[in-house]
Amino acid sequence: MSEDLSTPLHGEHVAAGATLTSFAGWQMPLRYAGDLAEHHAVRTAAGLFDLSHMAQIEVNGPEAGAALDRSLVSIPSQLADGRARYTVIVAEDGGIIDDLIVYRFAADEYLVIANAANRHTVLDALTFRSGGLQCSVVDRTPHRALIAIQGPRAAEILAPHLDVDLDALRYYASVNGTVDGVPTLVARTGYTGEDGFELAVPANGAVGIWRLLLGAGESAGLVPAGLAARDTLRLEAGMPLYGNELTRDTTPDEVGLGRVVKLDHEFVGRDALVARAQSPSSRHLIGLVGSGRRAARAGSAVIDGDGTQIGAITSGVLSPTLGHPIAIALVGAPAEVGARLEADVRGTRQPMTVVELPFYRRPA
Amino acid sequence: MSIPTDRQYTAEHEWVQLDAGTATVGVTAYATDALGDVVYLDLPAVGSEVVAGQPCGEIESTKSVSELYSPVTGTISRINDAAVEAPEVVNADPYGEGWLFAVTVEAEGPLLDAEAYTALTDQG
Repeated sequence: MSEDLSTPLHGEHVAAGATLTSFAGWQMPLRYAGDLAEHHAVRTAAGLFDLSHMAQIEVNGPEAGAALDRSLVSIPSQLADGRARYTVIVAEDGGIIDDLIVYRFAADEYLVIANAANRHTVLDALTFRSGGLQCSVVDRTPHRALIAIQGPRAAEILAPHLDVDLDALRYYASVNGTVDGVPTLVARTGYTGEDGFELAVPANGAVGIWRLLLGAGESAGLVPAGLAARDTLRLEAGMPLYGNELTRDTTPDEVGLGRVVKLDHEFVGRDALVARAQSPSSRHLIGLVGSGRRAARAGSAVIDGDGTQIGAITSGVLSPTLGHPIAIALVGAPAEVGARLEADVRGTRQPMTVVELPFYRRPA
Repeated sequence: MSIPTDRQYTAEHEWVQLDAGTATVGVTAYATDALGDVVYLDLPAVGSEVVAGQPCGEIESTKSVSELYSPVTGTISRINDAAVEAPEVVNADPYGEGWLFAVTVEAEGPLLDAEAYTALTDQG
């Protein structure tokens, strides 16, 4: 544990009595008062998350766009300034290295947010793939913090403390502003299925902003929320998690991310993805719901009507919002919505029904 | 964290209160802190035989599943239906309303007093 990294907000979490956990080499808050209360707060009011473990990699220079186009399955150089895109980086064989958000600020200025566990892998891949191009790839993670405020009341809590107009900030757009005197990149992005914002700030400004927002949002129901709630929120929203749904053995197509792949440009892994697209996909990502309260979890076998194992659950939980078990599974053949399957929940077969993702969609 | 001294404990983070041949069993606050919010309990059926040190049920939180071990050998005499219906009581009051099951005791397994259990949890 002692070799784990700490975020700039570590002292705040300890003071708040958070249960800390070792996650991807970082000491992170798993929960504060309780993960269910934190989950419900994000669905009904707002939650504040420390995401400073996530990698912040700047790619700058006249050929930064070309470097990212070559490195990723999408075409970041075609983004408008101030826009962001959810994307994927794959290996030569088409397997997923990580899922990312790439922000374009200007033609020569980009930011890549990667999963903490893949920070060095992504940094190395971007550095290698941009070889020969006029750009720099710099890991800013140690000097920065990332704070997310998520939930239906996030905008009204944040707006008074920000010198930019949040109403004009669209989903997956970003703007530079100031919070509490600290230069802040504000992005309308998140991983909870709710409206919300992610604030990238210098490390030494994080504590002030954290305290400011916690105080400002308290009467609206804002609470600090940990990684446990983040996981149940993202799963309800049908969002894949690196390590569960996304692995080096899966291609974007197999996990329902074919839409982010632009085969009409050159990038590392393109040839493998084109070749794989010629043959039927061997795996498909599906959503499953059950009844009762006993959740099928990652690793549980998924069994069809003939009693044949057709795949396995990659994430599963008793949905705090819906009250029944939900799960994402990777199976060998496409399954129709409404199809009835079974999950082996620690020795007991439980019926589950195929549904469309996401499980939860926020009220319009 | 101070824990009740009117009962005994196990290395599996359960508590046992012995009274006139009946053992009432629950999990400790250390266990509920580690688990997070409890959302599902799978308790042994009333009348079933349990063996000290053997799994007899499951306790699930949003994040994990743990086995429940019977601290004693005997026959299940009661289970806490209220906790099955509303598992949050296990977090709210692990040493009281959040008890799990009661056993008519034939033999005890290895049990720790409060001091020994506290020493165990302090070791991390």
